[in-house]
Amino acid sequence: MKARLAMKRPIKAIALISGGLDSLLAAKVIQEQGVVVEGINFFTGFCVEGHTHAIRKKDKDKLKRNNALWVAEQLDMPLHIVDIIEEYKDVVINPQHGYGANMNPCLDCKIFMVSKAMQWIADSDYEYDFIITGEVIGQRPMSQRKETMPVIAEQSGANDRLLRPLCAKNLPPTLPEREGWVDREKLFDFSGRNRKPQMALAEHYGFTDYAQPAGGCCFLTDKNYSSKLADLWQARGERAYELDDIMLLKVGRHIRPKSHYKMIVAREEGETRFLQGYKKQFPHLQPISHNGPLTLLDGMPTAADLELAAQITARYSQGRDAESVTVEIMFEGETSTLQVSPLAAHEISPDWMI
Amino acid sequence: MSVLKQLDARNLLCPLPVIRTQNMVKSLHPGDTLEVVGTDPGILNDIPAWCRISGHEVLEQHSGDNEYVISLKVGDRLRGTS
Ligand code: SF4
Repeated sequence: MKARLAMKRPIKAIALISGGLDSLLAAKVIQEQGVVVEGINFFTGFCVEGHTHAIRKKDKDKLKRNNALWVAEQLDMPLHIVDIIEEYKDVVINPQHGYGANMNPCLDCKIFMVSKAMQWIADSDYEYDFIITGEVIGQRPMSQRKETMPVIAEQSGANDRLLRPLCAKNLPPTLPEREGWVDREKLFDFSGRNRKPQMALAEHYGFTDYAQPAGGCCFLTDKNYSSKLADLWQARGERAYELDDIMLLKVGRHIRPKSHYKMIVAREEGETRFLQGYKKQFPHLQPISHNGPLTLLDGMPTAADLELAAQITARYSQGRDAESVTVEIMFEGETSTLQVSPLAAHEISPDWMI
Repeated sequence: MSVLKQLDARNLLCPLPVIRTQNMVKSLHPGDTLEVVGTDPGILNDIPAWCRISGHEVLEQHSGDNEYVISLKVGDRLRGTS
Protein backbone atom coordinates (compact mmCIF):
# COMPACT_ATOMS: atom_id res chain seq x y z
CA MET A 1 0.00 0.00 0.00
CA LYS A 2 1.31 3.39 -0.97
CA ALA A 3 0.97 5.03 2.42
CA ARG A 4 3.09 2.34 4.03
CA LEU A 5 5.85 2.44 1.45
CA ALA A 6 6.13 6.21 1.64
CA MET A 7 6.26 6.29 5.43
CA LYS A 8 8.00 2.95 5.99
CA ARG A 9 5.49 2.26 8.71
CA PRO A 10 5.15 -1.21 10.18
CA ILE A 11 2.79 -3.71 8.61
CA LYS A 12 -0.64 -3.32 10.16
CA ALA A 13 -3.66 -5.57 10.11
CA ILE A 14 -7.21 -5.13 11.26
CA ALA A 15 -8.73 -8.21 12.93
CA LEU A 16 -12.45 -8.92 13.08
CA ILE A 17 -13.04 -9.65 16.76
CA SER A 18 -16.24 -11.39 17.75
CA GLY A 19 -15.12 -12.08 21.29
CA GLY A 20 -14.85 -15.84 20.68
CA LEU A 21 -11.78 -18.02 20.73
CA ASP A 22 -11.13 -18.25 16.99
CA SER A 23 -10.80 -14.53 16.36
CA LEU A 24 -8.65 -14.22 19.50
CA LEU A 25 -6.28 -16.88 18.21
CA ALA A 26 -6.21 -15.54 14.65
CA ALA A 27 -5.18 -12.09 15.87
CA LYS A 28 -2.60 -13.55 18.26
CA VAL A 29 -1.00 -15.69 15.54
CA ILE A 30 -0.45 -12.59 13.42
CA GLN A 31 0.76 -10.46 16.34
CA GLU A 32 3.33 -13.17 17.03
CA GLN A 33 4.72 -12.57 13.55
CA GLY A 34 5.49 -8.96 14.43
CA VAL A 35 2.51 -7.41 12.66
CA VAL A 36 0.71 -4.57 14.47
CA VAL A 37 -2.87 -5.74 14.92
CA GLU A 38 -5.91 -3.68 15.88
CA GLY A 39 -9.32 -5.16 16.48
CA ILE A 40 -12.65 -4.19 15.01
CA ASN A 41 -15.93 -5.37 16.47
CA PHE A 42 -19.29 -4.77 14.86
CA PHE A 43 -22.42 -4.22 16.91
CA THR A 44 -25.43 -5.38 14.94
CA GLY A 45 -28.01 -5.19 17.74
CA PHE A 46 -28.31 -8.98 17.72
CA CYS A 47 -25.01 -9.66 19.45
CA VAL A 48 -25.14 -11.97 22.42
CA GLU A 49 -23.93 -9.92 25.31
CA GLY A 50 -23.31 -11.10 28.85
CA HIS A 51 -25.20 -8.05 30.01
CA THR A 52 -28.34 -8.88 28.12
CA HIS A 53 -28.43 -12.16 29.97
CA ALA A 54 -27.50 -10.35 33.15
CA ILE A 55 -30.79 -8.46 32.98
CA ARG A 56 -32.21 -11.69 34.28
CA LYS A 57 -31.58 -12.35 37.92
CA LYS A 58 -30.83 -16.02 37.54
CA ASP A 59 -27.82 -15.17 35.41
CA LYS A 60 -26.56 -12.59 37.84
CA ASP A 61 -23.54 -14.57 38.88
CA LYS A 62 -22.32 -15.04 35.35
CA LEU A 63 -19.34 -12.97 34.32
CA LYS A 64 -20.52 -9.62 33.11
CA ARG A 65 -17.98 -8.72 30.55
CA ASN A 66 -17.85 -7.76 26.94
CA ASN A 67 -15.87 -10.55 25.33
CA ALA A 68 -14.53 -8.44 22.47
CA LEU A 69 -13.08 -5.97 24.98
CA TRP A 70 -11.70 -8.86 26.98
CA VAL A 71 -9.98 -10.25 23.87
CA ALA A 72 -8.49 -6.84 23.09
CA GLU A 73 -7.13 -6.63 26.63
CA GLN A 74 -5.57 -10.07 26.37
CA LEU A 75 -3.83 -8.99 23.19
CA ASP A 76 -3.06 -5.47 24.43
CA MET A 77 -4.47 -3.99 21.26
CA PRO A 78 -6.91 -1.19 20.52
CA LEU A 79 -10.45 -2.21 19.67
CA HIS A 80 -12.78 -0.20 17.49
CA ILE A 81 -16.40 -1.00 18.26
CA VAL A 82 -18.56 0.03 15.35
CA ASP A 83 -22.30 0.52 15.45
CA ILE A 84 -23.70 -1.02 12.25
CA ILE A 85 -27.28 -1.37 13.47
CA GLU A 86 -28.86 0.61 10.62
CA GLU A 87 -26.88 -0.81 7.71
CA TYR A 88 -27.16 -4.33 9.04
CA LYS A 89 -30.93 -4.30 8.66
CA ASP A 90 -30.66 -4.99 4.96
CA VAL A 91 -28.45 -8.02 5.68
CA VAL A 92 -31.08 -9.52 7.99
CA ILE A 93 -34.08 -8.53 5.91
CA ASN A 94 -32.82 -9.39 2.41
CA PRO A 95 -29.95 -11.85 2.60
CA GLN A 96 -28.77 -12.65 -0.91
CA HIS A 97 -27.48 -16.03 0.20
CA GLY A 98 -30.45 -16.88 2.43
CA TYR A 99 -30.66 -17.93 6.05
CA GLY A 100 -29.05 -20.72 8.04
CA ALA A 101 -31.03 -23.03 10.32
CA ASN A 102 -32.76 -20.02 11.91
CA MET A 103 -32.86 -16.34 10.96
CA ASN A 104 -29.09 -16.18 10.74
CA PRO A 105 -27.87 -14.80 7.40
CA CYS A 106 -24.31 -15.91 8.19
CA LEU A 107 -22.80 -15.76 4.72
CA ASP A 108 -24.18 -12.31 3.92
CA CYS A 109 -23.19 -11.22 7.41
CA LYS A 110 -19.57 -12.30 6.93
CA ILE A 111 -19.40 -10.61 3.53
CA PHE A 112 -20.87 -7.45 5.02
CA MET A 113 -18.50 -7.37 7.98
CA VAL A 114 -15.41 -7.93 5.88
CA SER A 115 -16.59 -5.23 3.47
CA LYS A 116 -17.07 -2.86 6.44
CA ALA A 117 -13.51 -3.65 7.53
CA MET A 118 -12.35 -2.83 3.98
CA GLN A 119 -14.24 0.43 4.18
CA TRP A 120 -12.55 1.12 7.53
CA ILE A 121 -9.18 0.61 5.84
CA ALA A 122 -10.12 2.98 3.02
CA ASP A 123 -11.43 5.59 5.48
CA SER A 124 -8.17 5.41 7.41
CA ASP A 125 -6.33 6.25 4.17
CA TYR A 126 -4.92 2.76 3.93
CA GLU A 127 -3.29 2.74 7.32
CA TYR A 128 -3.85 -1.03 7.42
CA ASP A 129 -2.51 -3.59 4.98
CA PHE A 130 -4.82 -6.54 5.40
CA ILE A 131 -7.75 -8.07 7.27
CA ILE A 132 -7.75 -11.07 9.60
CA THR A 133 -10.69 -13.27 10.53
CA GLY A 134 -10.89 -16.33 12.75
CA GLU A 135 -12.73 -18.36 10.11
CA VAL A 136 -11.99 -22.06 9.86
CA ILE A 137 -13.03 -24.15 6.87
CA GLY A 138 -15.85 -26.52 7.79
CA GLN A 139 -16.42 -24.97 11.19
CA ARG A 140 -19.90 -23.72 10.42
CA PRO A 141 -22.25 -25.36 7.97
CA MET A 142 -23.40 -22.20 6.24
CA SER A 143 -20.69 -19.61 6.15
CA GLN A 144 -17.45 -21.41 6.83
CA ARG A 145 -17.10 -23.92 4.00
CA LYS A 146 -14.39 -24.32 1.40
CA GLU A 147 -16.71 -22.89 -1.29
CA THR A 148 -17.75 -19.87 0.77
CA MET A 149 -14.22 -18.70 1.60
CA PRO A 150 -13.57 -17.20 -1.87
CA VAL A 151 -17.16 -15.90 -2.03
CA ILE A 152 -16.57 -13.85 1.13
CA ALA A 153 -13.19 -12.61 -0.11
CA GLU A 154 -14.56 -11.57 -3.50
CA GLN A 155 -17.97 -10.18 -2.62
CA SER A 156 -16.60 -8.13 0.28
CA GLY A 157 -14.04 -6.54 -2.03
CA ALA A 158 -11.20 -7.64 0.26
CA ASN A 159 -9.98 -10.27 -2.21
CA ASP A 160 -6.49 -11.43 -1.33
CA ARG A 161 -6.14 -8.95 1.51
CA LEU A 162 -8.28 -11.28 3.58
CA LEU A 163 -6.19 -13.68 5.63
CA ARG A 164 -7.57 -16.51 7.75
CA PRO A 165 -4.57 -17.49 9.85
CA LEU A 166 -6.20 -20.58 11.35
CA CYS A 167 -6.87 -22.28 8.00
CA ALA A 168 -4.60 -20.34 5.64
CA LYS A 169 -2.64 -23.42 4.65
CA ASN A 170 -5.78 -24.94 3.19
CA LEU A 171 -6.32 -21.91 0.98
CA PRO A 172 -4.29 -20.27 -1.79
CA PRO A 173 -1.63 -17.83 -0.53
CA THR A 174 -2.96 -14.33 0.07
CA LEU A 175 -1.22 -11.01 -0.48
CA PRO A 176 0.30 -10.80 3.03
CA GLU A 177 1.78 -14.27 2.52
CA ARG A 178 3.05 -13.61 -1.00
CA GLU A 179 4.57 -10.28 0.02
CA GLY A 180 6.29 -11.92 2.98
CA TRP A 181 4.47 -9.72 5.52
CA VAL A 182 3.59 -12.95 7.27
CA ASP A 183 5.23 -16.35 7.12
CA ARG A 184 2.77 -18.87 5.66
CA GLU A 185 4.68 -21.68 7.30
CA LYS A 186 3.70 -20.35 10.70
CA LEU A 187 0.00 -20.27 9.85
CA PHE A 188 -2.38 -23.18 10.39
CA ASP A 189 -4.41 -25.74 8.48
CA PHE A 190 -7.33 -26.25 10.84
CA SER A 191 -10.52 -27.60 9.31
CA GLY A 192 -13.80 -29.11 10.37
CA ARG A 193 -15.85 -28.84 13.51
CA ASN A 194 -13.24 -30.30 15.83
CA ARG A 195 -12.32 -27.64 18.39
CA LYS A 196 -9.29 -29.47 19.78
CA PRO A 197 -6.64 -27.69 17.65
CA GLN A 198 -8.00 -24.31 18.77
CA MET A 199 -8.04 -25.43 22.37
CA ALA A 200 -4.47 -26.68 22.13
CA LEU A 201 -3.36 -23.39 20.57
CA ALA A 202 -5.17 -21.46 23.31
CA GLU A 203 -3.32 -23.50 25.87
CA HIS A 204 -0.04 -22.88 24.08
CA TYR A 205 -0.61 -19.13 24.36
CA GLY A 206 -1.87 -19.41 27.92
CA PHE A 207 -5.46 -18.32 27.25
CA THR A 208 -7.77 -20.04 29.67
CA ASP A 209 -10.80 -17.91 30.42
CA TYR A 210 -12.05 -17.44 26.86
CA ALA A 211 -15.71 -17.32 25.87
CA GLN A 212 -17.25 -20.42 24.36
CA PRO A 213 -20.71 -19.47 23.16
CA ALA A 214 -22.88 -22.50 22.52
CA GLY A 215 -24.54 -21.07 19.40
CA GLY A 216 -23.12 -18.57 16.98
CA CYS A 217 -22.08 -15.04 17.71
CA CYS A 218 -25.61 -13.69 17.79
CA PHE A 219 -29.25 -14.19 18.71
CA LEU A 220 -30.17 -14.85 15.08
CA THR A 221 -28.91 -18.41 15.48
CA ASP A 222 -31.32 -18.94 18.37
CA LYS A 223 -34.52 -20.77 17.51
CA ASN A 224 -36.77 -18.99 20.01
CA TYR A 225 -35.41 -15.60 19.18
CA SER A 226 -35.87 -16.28 15.47
CA SER A 227 -39.51 -17.24 15.92
CA LYS A 228 -40.11 -13.99 17.81
CA LEU A 229 -38.56 -12.02 14.97
CA ALA A 230 -40.63 -13.91 12.38
CA ASP A 231 -43.76 -13.23 14.46
CA LEU A 232 -42.92 -9.52 14.64
CA TRP A 233 -42.65 -9.30 10.87
CA GLN A 234 -45.79 -11.27 10.30
CA ALA A 235 -47.82 -9.18 12.74
CA ARG A 236 -46.62 -5.92 11.23
CA GLY A 237 -47.09 -7.10 7.68
CA GLU A 238 -43.58 -6.02 6.73
CA ARG A 239 -40.05 -7.15 7.23
CA ALA A 240 -38.65 -4.23 9.19
CA TYR A 241 -37.40 -3.52 12.69
CA GLU A 242 -36.00 -0.85 14.94
CA LEU A 243 -33.32 -1.37 17.57
CA ASP A 244 -35.89 -1.26 20.38
CA ASP A 245 -37.85 -4.08 18.71
CA ILE A 246 -34.90 -6.43 18.56
CA MET A 247 -33.75 -5.54 22.07
CA LEU A 248 -37.21 -6.29 23.43
CA LEU A 249 -37.19 -9.67 21.68
CA LYS A 250 -34.36 -10.61 24.05
CA VAL A 251 -36.40 -9.85 27.14
CA GLY A 252 -39.51 -11.28 28.78
CA ARG A 253 -42.23 -13.71 27.82
CA HIS A 254 -43.82 -12.78 24.50
CA ILE A 255 -47.52 -13.62 24.28
CA ARG A 256 -49.84 -12.81 21.38
CA PRO A 257 -53.46 -13.31 22.46
CA LYS A 258 -54.74 -11.47 19.36
CA SER A 259 -53.06 -10.84 16.06
CA HIS A 260 -53.07 -7.05 16.51
CA TYR A 261 -51.08 -6.88 19.73
CA LYS A 262 -48.62 -8.81 21.83
CA MET A 263 -47.64 -8.68 25.46
CA ILE A 264 -44.10 -8.57 26.76
CA VAL A 265 -44.25 -9.89 30.30
CA ALA A 266 -41.21 -9.47 32.54
CA ARG A 267 -40.07 -12.79 33.95
CA GLU A 268 -38.31 -11.34 36.95
CA GLU A 269 -37.15 -8.26 38.73
CA GLY A 270 -34.20 -7.56 36.45
CA GLU A 271 -36.45 -7.66 33.39
CA THR A 272 -39.04 -5.46 35.09
CA ARG A 273 -36.28 -2.92 35.72
CA PHE A 274 -35.22 -3.10 32.09
CA LEU A 275 -38.78 -2.75 30.77
CA GLN A 276 -39.31 0.32 32.99
CA GLY A 277 -37.19 2.17 30.46
CA TYR A 278 -39.89 1.55 27.82
CA LYS A 279 -42.91 2.65 29.85
CA LYS A 280 -43.20 5.96 28.05
CA GLN A 281 -43.31 4.29 24.64
CA PHE A 282 -45.78 1.47 25.29
CA PRO A 283 -49.14 1.01 26.98
CA HIS A 284 -48.37 -1.08 30.05
CA LEU A 285 -49.89 -2.97 32.94
CA GLN A 286 -48.73 -3.97 36.39
CA PRO A 287 -50.53 -5.76 39.21
CA ILE A 288 -50.73 -3.57 42.32
CA SER A 289 -52.63 -5.76 44.77
CA HIS A 290 -49.97 -8.44 44.47
CA ASN A 291 -46.38 -8.57 43.36
CA GLY A 292 -46.35 -9.05 39.64
CA PRO A 293 -44.60 -8.37 36.38
CA LEU A 294 -44.50 -5.18 34.40
CA THR A 295 -46.10 -5.95 31.03
CA LEU A 296 -45.78 -3.90 27.87
CA LEU A 297 -48.33 -4.03 25.06
CA ASP A 298 -46.87 -3.82 21.59
CA GLY A 299 -48.96 -3.37 18.44
CA MET A 300 -52.41 -1.80 18.19
CA PRO A 301 -54.28 -2.86 21.32
CA THR A 302 -57.70 -1.28 21.89
CA ALA A 303 -59.47 -0.54 25.16
CA ALA A 304 -61.44 -3.78 24.63
CA ASP A 305 -58.21 -5.79 24.79
CA LEU A 306 -57.19 -4.49 28.19
CA GLU A 307 -59.24 -6.86 30.31
CA LEU A 308 -57.76 -9.99 28.77
CA ALA A 309 -54.28 -8.47 28.93
CA ALA A 310 -54.83 -7.69 32.62
CA GLN A 311 -56.04 -11.26 33.29
CA ILE A 312 -52.93 -12.67 31.61
CA THR A 313 -50.67 -10.30 33.54
CA ALA A 314 -52.42 -11.34 36.77
CA ARG A 315 -51.73 -14.96 35.87
CA TYR A 316 -48.00 -14.25 36.14
CA SER A 317 -48.35 -12.37 39.46
CA GLN A 318 -48.22 -13.73 42.98
CA GLY A 319 -51.98 -13.42 42.97
CA ARG A 320 -52.39 -16.13 40.30
CA ASP A 321 -54.52 -18.22 42.68
CA ALA A 322 -56.41 -15.27 44.16
CA GLU A 323 -59.99 -14.52 43.23
CA SER A 324 -59.17 -11.10 41.99
CA VAL A 325 -56.08 -9.07 41.26
CA THR A 326 -55.96 -5.30 40.83
CA VAL A 327 -53.97 -4.28 37.79
CA GLU A 328 -52.86 -0.74 37.06
CA ILE A 329 -53.07 0.16 33.40
CA MET A 330 -51.49 3.01 31.51
CA PHE A 331 -53.24 3.33 28.16
CA GLU A 332 -53.42 6.31 25.80
CA GLY A 333 -51.90 8.58 28.43
CA GLU A 334 -54.45 7.70 31.14
CA THR A 335 -53.87 5.60 34.23
CA SER A 336 -56.69 3.37 35.44
CA THR A 337 -57.13 0.22 37.47
CA LEU A 338 -59.00 -2.98 36.70
CA GLN A 339 -59.98 -5.81 39.04
CA VAL A 340 -59.70 -9.08 37.20
CA SER A 341 -59.66 -12.77 37.88
CA PRO A 342 -56.34 -14.24 36.78
CA LEU A 343 -56.54 -16.64 33.85
CA ALA A 344 -55.98 -20.25 34.79
CA ALA A 345 -52.99 -22.01 33.27
CA HIS A 346 -55.18 -24.00 30.87
CA GLU A 347 -56.88 -20.82 29.64
CA ILE A 348 -53.62 -19.54 28.22
CA SER A 349 -53.54 -21.06 24.77
CA PRO A 350 -50.16 -22.50 23.77
CA ASP A 351 -50.73 -20.78 20.39
CA TRP A 352 -50.42 -17.43 22.09
CA MET A 353 -46.90 -18.12 23.25
CA ILE A 354 -44.33 -16.86 20.77
CA MET B 1 -8.45 24.47 29.27
CA SER B 2 -9.79 21.01 29.98
CA VAL B 3 -13.42 20.36 29.33
CA LEU B 4 -15.94 18.47 31.46
CA LYS B 5 -18.52 16.66 29.35
CA GLN B 6 -21.40 14.42 30.26
CA LEU B 7 -22.86 11.49 28.43
CA ASP B 8 -26.30 10.13 29.15
CA ALA B 9 -26.17 6.41 28.40
CA ARG B 10 -29.23 5.49 30.45
CA ASN B 11 -31.46 2.71 29.12
CA LEU B 12 -28.78 1.57 26.74
CA LEU B 13 -27.47 -1.95 26.98
CA CYS B 14 -23.79 -2.68 26.57
CA PRO B 15 -21.97 -2.29 24.30
CA LEU B 16 -23.92 0.82 23.26
CA PRO B 17 -22.70 2.91 26.23
CA VAL B 18 -19.12 1.96 25.30
CA ILE B 19 -19.73 2.89 21.65
CA ARG B 20 -21.22 6.26 22.64
CA THR B 21 -18.29 6.86 25.01
CA GLN B 22 -15.78 5.91 22.31
CA ASN B 23 -17.45 8.22 19.81
CA MET B 24 -17.69 11.13 22.22
CA VAL B 25 -14.06 10.81 23.28
CA LYS B 26 -13.11 11.28 19.62
CA SER B 27 -14.35 14.85 19.87
CA LEU B 28 -12.46 15.56 23.13
CA HIS B 29 -8.85 16.42 23.86
CA PRO B 30 -6.27 14.84 26.16
CA GLY B 31 -6.94 15.95 29.73
CA ASP B 32 -10.67 16.49 29.18
CA THR B 33 -13.02 14.70 31.54
CA LEU B 34 -16.07 12.73 30.52
CA GLU B 35 -18.74 11.58 32.94
CA VAL B 36 -20.89 8.70 31.72
CA VAL B 37 -24.19 7.84 33.42
CA GLY B 38 -25.82 4.54 32.59
CA THR B 39 -28.32 2.00 33.86
CA ASP B 40 -26.63 -1.18 32.58
CA PRO B 41 -24.31 -2.38 35.37
CA GLY B 42 -22.12 -3.79 32.61
CA ILE B 43 -20.63 -0.35 32.09
CA LEU B 44 -18.75 -0.75 35.36
CA ASN B 45 -16.69 -3.44 33.64
CA ASP B 46 -16.80 -2.39 30.05
CA ILE B 47 -15.92 1.28 30.20
CA PRO B 48 -12.86 0.73 32.43
CA ALA B 49 -11.79 -2.14 30.12
CA TRP B 50 -12.21 0.10 27.10
CA CYS B 51 -10.23 2.85 28.88
CA ARG B 52 -7.38 0.44 29.62
CA ILE B 53 -6.98 -0.63 26.00
CA SER B 54 -7.49 2.90 24.67
CA GLY B 55 -5.15 4.76 27.01
CA HIS B 56 -7.67 6.72 29.09
CA GLU B 57 -7.85 6.93 32.86
CA VAL B 58 -10.86 6.10 35.02
CA LEU B 59 -11.03 8.82 37.68
CA GLU B 60 -14.03 7.61 39.61
CA GLN B 61 -16.90 5.20 39.43
CA HIS B 62 -19.90 4.83 41.68
CA SER B 63 -23.30 3.19 41.80
CA GLY B 64 -26.48 4.98 42.78
CA ASP B 65 -30.12 4.08 42.64
CA ASN B 66 -30.00 1.70 39.67
CA GLU B 67 -27.65 4.14 38.01
CA TYR B 68 -23.94 3.91 37.50
CA VAL B 69 -21.53 6.78 36.94
CA ILE B 70 -18.00 6.62 35.57
CA SER B 71 -15.68 9.60 35.16
CA LEU B 72 -12.77 9.27 32.83
CA LYS B 73 -9.90 11.46 31.80
CA VAL B 74 -9.03 11.39 28.12
CA GLY B 75 -5.49 10.14 27.65
CA ASP B 76 -3.06 11.31 25.04
CA ARG B 77 -2.34 7.94 23.53
CA LEU B 78 -5.74 7.99 21.85
CA ARG B 79 -5.33 4.32 21.04
CA GLY B 80 -8.36 2.79 19.48
CA THR B 81 -10.13 6.06 18.98
CA SER B 82 -8.98 6.85 15.47
S1 SF4 C 1 -23.97 -16.02 13.88
FE1 SF4 C 1 -24.80 -13.95 13.60
S2 SF4 C 1 -23.02 -12.56 13.73
FE2 SF4 C 1 -22.23 -14.63 13.42
S3 SF4 C 1 -21.99 -14.81 11.18
FE3 SF4 C 1 -24.02 -15.62 11.68
S4 SF4 C 1 -25.41 -13.90 11.44
FE4 SF4 C 1 -23.33 -13.04 11.59
